[in-house]
Amino acid sequence: MSDRRTLTRRAFLIGSAAVAGGVAFGAFFVAGRGRNPLLDGLSPGEAAITPFVKITPGDITLIVPRADVGQGIMSTQAHLIAEELDVDPHAVKLDPGQPHPTYVNAKIAANSLPFHPLDNGLVPRTLRELMVSVARLSGAQFTGGSSSVSDLHERLRYAGAVARETLKMAAAYRFGVDTDRLRTEDGTVVLPGGERVPYTALAGDAAAIDPVEAVALRPPARWRRLGKPFQRTDIVPKSTGRQGYGIDLRLPGMLHATVRSNPGRGGGVARFDDKAALAMPGVRAVVSVEDGLAVVADNTWRAFKAADTLEVDWHPPDYPASSDAMWAALEAAHTEDHRDSRLRDDGDVEAVLAQADIVEAEFRAPHLAHAALEPLNATVLVETDVVTVWTSTQIPDFVRDTAAELTGVDRVIVNVVPGGGSFGRRLDRDYVVQAIQIAMTVPGTPVKTTWQREADMSQDYPRPMHLARARGAVANGRVVACDLDAISASLADDWFGRVFVVPPGPDTLIVWGAYDQPYEIPNYRVTGYRAPPMVPIGSWRSPGACANSFFHEGFLAELIHAAGADPLEERLRLIKDPVSRGVLEAVGEMAGWDGPDIGPRRGRGIAFAHSHHVPVAEVLDVTLTDRGIRIDEVWIAGDCGTVFDPVNAEAQLTGAAIWGLGHAMNCELTYADHTPQQRNFHQFEGMRLAQTPRFHTRLLQRAPEVAGLGEPATSPAAPALADAIFAATGQRLREMPFHHQVDFA
Amino acid sequence: MKLTVNGSDHDVSVEPDMPLLWVLRDELGLTGPKYGCGLGICGACTVHIGGAAMRSCQIPASAVWGAVVTIETETPDPVMASLQQAWIELQVAQCGYCQSGQIMQAADLLNRNPVPSEAEVDASLNGNLCRCGTYPRIREAVQLAATRLRDAS
Repeated sequence: MSDRRTLTRRAFLIGSAAVAGGVAFGAFFVAGRGRNPLLDGLSPGEAAITPFVKITPGDITLIVPRADVGQGIMSTQAHLIAEELDVDPHAVKLDPGQPHPTYVNAKIAANSLPFHPLDNGLVPRTLRELMVSVARLSGAQFTGGSSSVSDLHERLRYAGAVARETLKMAAAYRFGVDTDRLRTEDGTVVLPGGERVPYTALAGDAAAIDPVEAVALRPPARWRRLGKPFQRTDIVPKSTGRQGYGIDLRLPGMLHATVRSNPGRGGGVARFDDKAALAMPGVRAVVSVEDGLAVVADNTWRAFKAADTLEVDWHPPDYPASSDAMWAALEAAHTEDHRDSRLRDDGDVEAVLAQADIVEAEFRAPHLAHAALEPLNATVLVETDVVTVWTSTQIPDFVRDTAAELTGVDRVIVNVVPGGGSFGRRLDRDYVVQAIQIAMTVPGTPVKTTWQREADMSQDYPRPMHLARARGAVANGRVVACDLDAISASLADDWFGRVFVVPPGPDTLIVWGAYDQPYEIPNYRVTGYRAPPMVPIGSWRSPGACANSFFHEGFLAELIHAAGADPLEERLRLIKDPVSRGVLEAVGEMAGWDGPDIGPRRGRGIAFAHSHHVPVAEVLDVTLTDRGIRIDEVWIAGDCGTVFDPVNAEAQLTGAAIWGLGHAMNCELTYADHTPQQRNFHQFEGMRLAQTPRFHTRLLQRAPEVAGLGEPATSPAAPALADAIFAATGQRLREMPFHHQVDFA
Repeated sequence: MKLTVNGSDHDVSVEPDMPLLWVLRDELGLTGPKYGCGLGICGACTVHIGGAAMRSCQIPASAVWGAVVTIETETPDPVMASLQQAWIELQVAQCGYCQSGQIMQAADLLNRNPVPSEAEVDASLNGNLCRCGTYPRIREAVQLAATRLRDAS
């Protein structure tokens, strides 16, 4: 605690700046990253008490800078502030704010370093701290990597506490009472006689005093909201059709557009004929955009219909044209020349494997689309001195900078709107680039650009295809050696290169979910191979781990079977980390684990993954029915440390597992002539209601550090299902999607 | 052409093949029904026509045969109101984009079948895709609403 108090005090000493029309408190906990961005918008009598709390005579606004794409983080952020501020999160305004270095995500960069997450030695610790500092300097405001809660929970609670104590101080001055005789409740300061003074009535007073520097966070035992079931702030509009998404935006005089882009990404347009499109009702123009064409019309459907009539010849891009050719490229990259990392190298794998009967296997994971249900869209208004963007994005500062670069207009307003899903897709900005280019052709007129589903699926930056080759050995009923090679194109080359800069050093994402597992196998090696760039790839829910966990756990299951050991007991023998052991023990207890055999025509599987700093274990039962394999039940145990938002946490666990299962069973993107062969949901089903099993979840809250839950339950789902199918059928599934090899009911 | 939507009459002049979805969204400003696939396979655009759940992206505006009700109606019938209440209490939605369609489809089910089995719920809503994976709570919410409607009648 003493470190924290010191840091808080230091942070506040750079706060408190007088500005025209008011006072804003506290650059607050930003370690020198500029001033409170809320100061610029203040009117007389308004207070911006920290960059997260703005109070005017009319209302209270909480700034919730992480983007909500369905994971519920808007509501969680609001509740974190509200716990200390003593306001009803449903009774205040919530605003994502404008992108600003104050809202930097410092955690996400540190998490990509090539160290085992449980390694807290001097070098990893020092470098993680260094990366946090570097991230602060870059000011990048990512939402992703299940990092929002771990990055923000203290900052947001401090923001609420500082605002509360400052408002109490303002009341103390006005009413001549000591602050320790004041308390706060439901957006008011309560005077000793019981009179309630609304925060809004204290805004002007609060703006005129110095901030309260020393605040202590309430201990969890005193929380009134956090850790207890509470209602999501967006649940009523999302249950009544009132929630506005980007695709729903309507502005006076707005035009509607859609795009036809090269399915071979980056190839560009060779030749086109737009005569038919231009003759269609409501069509205003056909314009060129990055990698394609756009139709501008007076109605979305008219734009869609006209875009379908465009005759376009595309230049082919310079990467392999088919999935077969891409698999061949991965196989060809399994050489020393392409070796990228060996971040796990325990014992002497080569010596053990030279003398043992070797277990060998090859695993494959296909390209996958994100396919959020809300197709990508952005609305842009380009004016002489300001550009305004409305879109759902996980990278608002990059969107802002891109808009400024493209238009040459310095002032950019980015209105981040709730997203109808993302799963990592909105970590890219291609759809916003095109929308800006379209809007630049009609300055002064807002244009909403909406992608058709077929564009959304064929113009994705998909999850990379991923290949693994593994060798191992067992002795005396134990797993004694595991040597796993993972081969894929590099997300660091692609995504980081597109959005930011390619980081130096190995691409840890190629081996995430494999090298970083807490197993202590005596001879244990994980090697990453960086294949050349192919179709440009992107970050997909649980990147790296979503494939590597299937490889690693799938192969471990084969070794355990070869050893004749029990899958749960052998994992517990191989893992010493108490938090990871805790989730395995819990899931075994929940499911009544007694081995994989649960009766005729049935099977039970288990898998474990440590991703995004969260260990998760899943047990899964299947039954062979006349119509195919049915998943009956899934038990999930995880440990993300303190749970702030338990209702949503449960939803993230089950949702992530359904995501992992549905894609493992049913989905792939395959390429021919550079074009994805899956264009809509009938070819990319994911999971539907009838295939959905029953879930049982538990979060242990023993982990010392808080972590996020958007992704971690994804990775163990596919290997748990494969393991259960093996238990039921004796068939090993080493390639996703499984529906090529087995039928599902 | 004339359309009755949520109890109001509208006279819209659009091409006869414009799907009802886009008339609702872009011409009438009713954005509760969502565009997800354009092929009638995701269910996000589901509305009621003449009391039955329909995929509005597949119905040409000129072919609409009855009164249209969308999720936004100010006067939801008891079934829809009960479903929305259950959806709120059980906190079904994550991104929420599919939920208008899920609720409209569930309302159709409960109107026809007030005591649906688990298999009947699964079959009725299997055409409504949810990418976030809210299905376990969808099942619970349909049954909660059905139970309450039975208790109230």
